[in-house]
Amino acid sequence: MTDKYIYAVTSIRGKELKLLSRTFMEQLLASPDEASALSLLRDKGWGEDGQSAEEILALEEEKTWKVIRELVPDMSVFDVFLYENDFHNLKAAIKETLTQGTHPGIYIGQGTVPWETMQKALTERDFGKFPERMKHAAKEALDVLLTTRDGQLCDCIIDSAALDAIRQAGKASGSELLALYGELRCVTGDINIAYRAGKNGKDKAFLLRSLAPCETLNRDSLAEAAVHGEDALFAYLERTPYKAAVAELSDSVAAFERWCDDLLIEKIRPQRTNPFGLDPLAAYILARRNEIKTARIILTGKRNDLPDDMIRGRIRKTYV
Amino acid sequence: MDTNNIGLFFALAGAAIAAFMAGAGSAIGVGRAGQAAAGAVSEDPSLFVRVLILQLLPGTQGIYGLLIAFLTLMNIGIMGGSGDISLTEGLLYLAACLPMGIVGFFSAIGQSGASVAAIQLVTKDPSQFGRSMIFPVMVETYAILALLISILSIFGIPGLGL
Repeated sequence: MTDKYIYAVTSIRGKELKLLSRTFMEQLLASPDEASALSLLRDKGWGEDGQSAEEILALEEEKTWKVIRELVPDMSVFDVFLYENDFHNLKAAIKETLTQGTHPGIYIGQGTVPWETMQKALTERDFGKFPERMKHAAKEALDVLLTTRDGQLCDCIIDSAALDAIRQAGKASGSELLALYGELRCVTGDINIAYRAGKNGKDKAFLLRSLAPCETLNRDSLAEAAVHGEDALFAYLERTPYKAAVAELSDSVAAFERWCDDLLIEKIRPQRTNPFGLDPLAAYILARRNEIKTARIILTGKRNDLPDDMIRGRIRKTYV
Repeated sequence: MDTNNIGLFFALAGAAIAAFMAGAGSAIGVGRAGQAAAGAVSEDPSLFVRVLILQLLPGTQGIYGLLIAFLTLMNIGIMGGSGDISLTEGLLYLAACLPMGIVGFFSAIGQSGASVAAIQLVTKDPSQFGRSMIFPVMVETYAILALLISILSIFGIPGLGL
């Protein structure tokens, strides 16, 4: 029922005023060094004195979820945004299980399944402890790693399962925006995998195992095109709704990744004027993640003394 | 049931429909706009008065429905009088009340959608308060038209000499 989120959406309208604009991102980029950039972010209410860039960015991520938790009684509708973290943690847990050591800091805190649970389930080989969406991938990836020691294939199995879980959860949510997010995340993930696998001379079987099914791309055609090389892949993409990706991929993978994020932001922008429903809230979460990612890119660039033009090329479009 | 009073029954049903439907629409509408108003005030308490005005706009239909119900009750003699009206008159009063009841219900809910959007606009830019108020007020036009038709009908019935 759309009436359910009227309070939350109006509150988010107020919070949208605090989102970072493109102009601010340019100011951030014009900072002479990382310390000055951090100071600008602090002026905007990001973090406190003495906190490192990563601490500030992690805090901002946590703030976003805190805001949403206060506004939405049932947070499970936004689990789709946390699935990527879950599958990242699964990768980490599998590798940690195999190395039989502890590696602090390899897990991401925000997720729908505690990483300790994953670790325990893998150690005990009790895959029933995993949610349905992860069970099969966890077993298959662990088996592959135990039998072949092929870490790349293990990662690909998990990545494919993650994309599939995101797409299916988006579709099942009943929210147009979450369905779109799931599909776009799956499409851009598949294109990325196909491009990289094609470059590395992987065969079709590997690609079919790595690509997740989606509605607006044909998995078989994409895999077939990727094994025939870059030109065949680009020729295939030219025939899809994602032909704009070709120019970006021709430029660099970083340009393609920026294009993926920009495409999502373009698609969610109409939510700025939607007064009802879950979609404006989902759009706010994505907008916040996007600005945190952009801030991270700028801060990392400043830390490593990268030229401003190079950093600018990676700055994402902003929601506001 | 005394069939001599069946006209009175229909007339009273008309008054009840006008008060109930328009009132229910307003209650739903003001409730929806109230949620948005609370969201706005949670972000900026200084917006209270502005969003309160926008919240109250869908409440007018309930007042119009009440007015029509009062006029009907006065005309049919429930609030002092014989209460002696024919079946035809009773049905005419019922028909006269329907525009306010039906249009009141739907316009209040429709107006609440415009109010919610207007409150969100004010949350983003308080200087747009004047303009934002016009959008829900446009919906009010149709509630006023229905009110007018109901009033004209109610006052016209006694003149028919039935």
